[in-house]
Amino acid sequence: MSRSATSLSPSQLDVLEAESIHIIREVAAEFERPVLLFSGGKDSIVMLHLAKKAFWPAPVPFPVMHVDTGHNFPEVIEYRDRRVAETGVRLVVASVQASIDAGRVVEESGRRASRNRLQTTTLLDAIEQHRFDAAFGGARRDEEKARAKERVVSFRDEFGQWDPKNQRPELWNLYNTRIRQGEHVRVFPLSNWTELDIWDYIRRERLELPSIYFAHTRRVFERDGMLLDAQTGFANRGEDEPEFAASVRYRTVGDASCTGAVKSTAATLDEVIEEIAATRVTERGQTRADDRASEAAMEDRKKEGYF
Amino acid sequence: MASTTPGITGTGKSMDILRFATAGSVDDGKSTLIGRLLFDSKSIFEDQLESVERTSADRGEEYTNLALLTDGLRAEREQGITIDVAYRYFATPRRKFIIADTPGHIQYTRNMVTGASTADLAIILVDARKGILEQSRRHAFLTTLLKVPHLVVAVNKMDLVDYDQQVYERIVDEFATFAARLHARDLTFIPLSALHGDNVVERSGNMPWYEGSSLLHHLEHVHIASDRNLIDVRFPVQYVIRPHKSTDPELHDYRGYAGQVAGGVLKPGDEVVHLPSGLTTTITHIDGPNGPVQEAYAPMSVTLRLADDIDISRGDMIARPGNRPEVAQDLEAMVCWMTPDRQLSPRMKLLVKHTTRTARAMVKDLHYRLDVNTLHRDESATGLGLNEIGRISLRVTQPLFVDDYGRNRLTGGFILIDEATHNTVAAGMITGAR
Repeated sequence: MSRSATSLSPSQLDVLEAESIHIIREVAAEFERPVLLFSGGKDSIVMLHLAKKAFWPAPVPFPVMHVDTGHNFPEVIEYRDRRVAETGVRLVVASVQASIDAGRVVEESGRRASRNRLQTTTLLDAIEQHRFDAAFGGARRDEEKARAKERVVSFRDEFGQWDPKNQRPELWNLYNTRIRQGEHVRVFPLSNWTELDIWDYIRRERLELPSIYFAHTRRVFERDGMLLDAQTGFANRGEDEPEFAASVRYRTVGDASCTGAVKSTAATLDEVIEEIAATRVTERGQTRADDRASEAAMEDRKKEGYF
Repeated sequence: MASTTPGITGTGKSMDILRFATAGSVDDGKSTLIGRLLFDSKSIFEDQLESVERTSADRGEEYTNLALLTDGLRAEREQGITIDVAYRYFATPRRKFIIADTPGHIQYTRNMVTGASTADLAIILVDARKGILEQSRRHAFLTTLLKVPHLVVAVNKMDLVDYDQQVYERIVDEFATFAARLHARDLTFIPLSALHGDNVVERSGNMPWYEGSSLLHHLEHVHIASDRNLIDVRFPVQYVIRPHKSTDPELHDYRGYAGQVAGGVLKPGDEVVHLPSGLTTTITHIDGPNGPVQEAYAPMSVTLRLADDIDISRGDMIARPGNRPEVAQDLEAMVCWMTPDRQLSPRMKLLVKHTTRTARAMVKDLHYRLDVNTLHRDESATGLGLNEIGRISLRVTQPLFVDDYGRNRLTGGFILIDEATHNTVAAGMITGAR
């Protein structure tokens, strides 16, 4: 609350920060076994930072969980492990590969094969196995129109499903945290943050990010107007999709098989923020192949139990 | 005026947040208005616009249907309706805006109540051709029931009445008369055309007789800082922070009471009272998210450290010795019933969640059901169904620390939860306590 505390009117980042901390504390107080979903992406980095603040000087009183598709950017995994060690939280890794090996899901085939959708089963199995009753997610309402209708504390039935037409009303700062055994909630402390709020906050708090958020040279190939990674080998590149080197950065961090890079020379946080402030395309539209399947792609995945 | 970048400024400059709710139906042009605000403030991205243009063209619509920007769920797009509260975001260099977009038909009263509960301002849309309808009165009533501090009546579709000043004036007169009965606090009228953009972002040349601001200008400048209660210190204890396992001896004795300030200004050195014990002590430190702070006020989330060792737990309240909330187990309240599952009726047992305290409660009496269109009180009512509003007496199993809702929305509001289904079944606004 540094800047404007004297005028009794906090800035927008202070208000968002206070709201998120309130949500995180409320869930820690009312649930038995919360978990924070941590991918190493910018939103979950901000969320973990807020969780640290919420309980300071005590440690974060719940573990973090990474749903690992196995199709990772090595820079992000390196970052994840370092951040987790620094924070002193316990890391649970839920592996999509393990779900495939156990026959819980079947690997997609073909050029557009991705493990994105398979994550849902892995996530729900892990929630059940560890008996988590609340899972913090870094999703924001400005990301996507189905997300715009989601509650902060969002109920999931015993199958992990979201019923968008039958959600609990959410009034004032009062959150209904009642569930039965086997049910759980997803909690979205960043609901009211926009993409640029996240970036402004990262700058204000001087948070470190995985290096792929900044411009670097990468071997890529083009598909549907998006630049997909050719370096990790996780995206199935066709012979008619030539690979080339380009200066790129990632605007979102997800599965390496379906997350697009953007052409950029922005190497510093200020330069990245300047580019994002001037962009004319949404982050999911620009960088997520998984959302392009249909108008309701996100809604359908969310109903099944996706993040 | 809006920035040239979508969504945000990216300047890192300090700005505040205005939360507003919009009430109206698709017929009033509500979604079109929101689409217009987003579009003209350049908060719409190209891929979003292209998708809407494509859908509009597929449907053979004459104009790009900006309503498609806000209807997010499949059923909404298919049926051309808004089902739920949707939250939208845009910013200008002056302010960040959070829109709670709520449907206006009577069967969605609960959604409007939800959206209004956190709003600084509400926009009520009126179709200039139709004038004040039953639903306009309902929207005005709900806005004042939820104590939304600022109300804007947007008289829309002025293009369809030839931008006629007299049409507008008639609507203003009629609405103002009605609103006076509701004790609406800050009422502003703006004639506009959401479809064509008149008076939405820029003042319109089509209505030279109108001397007020454009809607966006009003939203950017309306003064909201003094809407918060900065007088009555109210700090509901949310979480007790005790890092006792720490090897750091200084932290070993750390005991902090975390929560979000609901009213007043707290400072180190202030004498405070703990409720329910009634014991007084002094604030020694206030820890904010970025270290120690010299004062805390709503809506800051902070941690208080106190001079004396008092047994304090979640659900307790910290206030000032000379300015305390009511400590009450019997509440009088207006409630909006929000579930189709069952009716509210006397003797019904429910959970009440108020600030950070949850307790069991029983409906002792239903005094009347209010007709939200005519404000008629039906004292013969024996129950409240979905979307109905009434006045009740509630007996709570343990004391709550409450204020009148009109004095403080955070310590005066509560929700009721059905113990069987775990659904949130009502929103309550406290009008009296003992």
